Amino acid sequence: MIITEQAFLRSDGRKGIRNHLLVAYLVECAHHVAREIAYSYREAGVELIGFGGCYPNAYAAKMMRELCTHPNVGGVLLLSLGCESFKRTELGDAIAASGRPVETLVIQQSGGTRKTIEQGKVLVRQLLRQMADVPRAPLEMREFIVGTICGGSDATSGITANPGVGRAFDRLVREGGIGIFEETGELIGCEAIMAERAVTPELGAILETAVAKAAAYYTVLGHGSFATGNAEGGLTTQEEKSMGAYAKSGGSRISGLLKPGDVPPGGGLYLLDVVPDGEVRFGFPNINDNAGIAELIACGAHVILFTTGRGSVVGSAVSPVIKICANPETYRRLSEDMDVDAGKILEGRGTLDSVGTEIFDLSLSVARGEKSKSEALLHQEFVLTYKTFEPIGPACLPRF
Amino acid sequence: MCDSRLLRLDPLDNVLVAIKTVEAGDCVIIDGREITLRVRLTLGHKLAARDIRIGERILKYHMPIGSATRDIAAGEHVHLHNMKSDYIDTVAQLARHSLGRSP
Repeated sequence: MIITEQAFLRSDGRKGIRNHLLVAYLVECAHHVAREIAYSYREAGVELIGFGGCYPNAYAAKMMRELCTHPNVGGVLLLSLGCESFKRTELGDAIAASGRPVETLVIQQSGGTRKTIEQGKVLVRQLLRQMADVPRAPLEMREFIVGTICGGSDATSGITANPGVGRAFDRLVREGGIGIFEETGELIGCEAIMAERAVTPELGAILETAVAKAAAYYTVLGHGSFATGNAEGGLTTQEEKSMGAYAKSGGSRISGLLKPGDVPPGGGLYLLDVVPDGEVRFGFPNINDNAGIAELIACGAHVILFTTGRGSVVGSAVSPVIKICANPETYRRLSEDMDVDAGKILEGRGTLDSVGTEIFDLSLSVARGEKSKSEALLHQEFVLTYKTFEPIGPACLPRF
Repeated sequence: MCDSRLLRLDPLDNVLVAIKTVEAGDCVIIDGREITLRVRLTLGHKLAARDIRIGERILKYHMPIGSATRDIAAGEHVHLHNMKSDYIDTVAQLARHSLGRSP
């Protein structure tokens, strides 16, 4: 099935649904200059991302490389202070090798704040002209990647929006597309059930190990798992609580396990392991919802399905975020920020199947160019912190 | 068919979820059967969709969320008093949690 004839064809063969120019700062010291350059062009599709740290980190370097060469990105302006440890030439070379126009400004060599902003704006206009004639090509379902995440959950999340996304994911995978779900820390108690859904026993064991790692990690951090409030809300067991989040994955077989920045090799359902490997370092795996969204996007997600009960308003740089609101009261209060009213199920105005179809259809419309609510409101939150990962092994991915 | 105050998340589930408050003494219709509720159920609480035998797995989202610790009649509230986790003891978990919180 062809989703749109008008996707942006990149020279590596991947196809995007947007053609953003990224302004990317390589240390917090270059953030202000980068923001000043990007801000005046934000309605022209220029977006800001960056890494704030001065010390080197292989995960952050991989994330930046995957985001700067994401199919939704047409060109990049890199902003360096000059003395940070981020390997700007390596990143610039990788972007150039992907066939995208790229420019780098080094503030210490460009005359400081004001002059770098001036030069940056000239480069933005030049890059936008270079990106304007990207060839178009049909985007097929088997190339379409959708990520899902939940944030600001309440008692309605697990019974409306999350299973609604699960229905949409079942449809996506059935039609040959690619779905990614994440947050192994919220899957504690589901590991055995999840392992049964793996396409191979080896992968099943890998999925169980990933959840066990998350359980150990969160125990060290003193993160509670099942509280009195959960029982008062009708949840009886740890596995039932986790199942509420797990319901976003639907019922398809699980084809593989990814780590941040790994792009799925073909159609199917994938689990993104967001919890770092090794001893606990650098604090919480993902400090907020956008940290997880950025990782799903670094895995190639064209679109993010974000379920919320209490009402998050965030979007993201690079890929559009579609908000699926679980609670009908929240929807009425925040309807300008919410794309799908999944809470209608609670009021007899819809069923899980009808909401699932609505979510699936909207993700295709957004792929065809329709703006999601957060995108139209120019939300482009982005956060990237320190992490450590071992690379995934061959049993993590299906063979095609 | 079931009552509009109850949600069946998957056709194979043996529990239904309350999506509105159902008062004790209210009648609900489950698969054509009229059942009078003995306790008040609020949003998110579960009720047996059919008779469940002791030891049987409780299915929600067509996924096992624990097992019955006694026979449960259709229409009965399903919670800590008649089901348990097959993963980790919820009661111990709750006790640990409240201990961690007390000064």
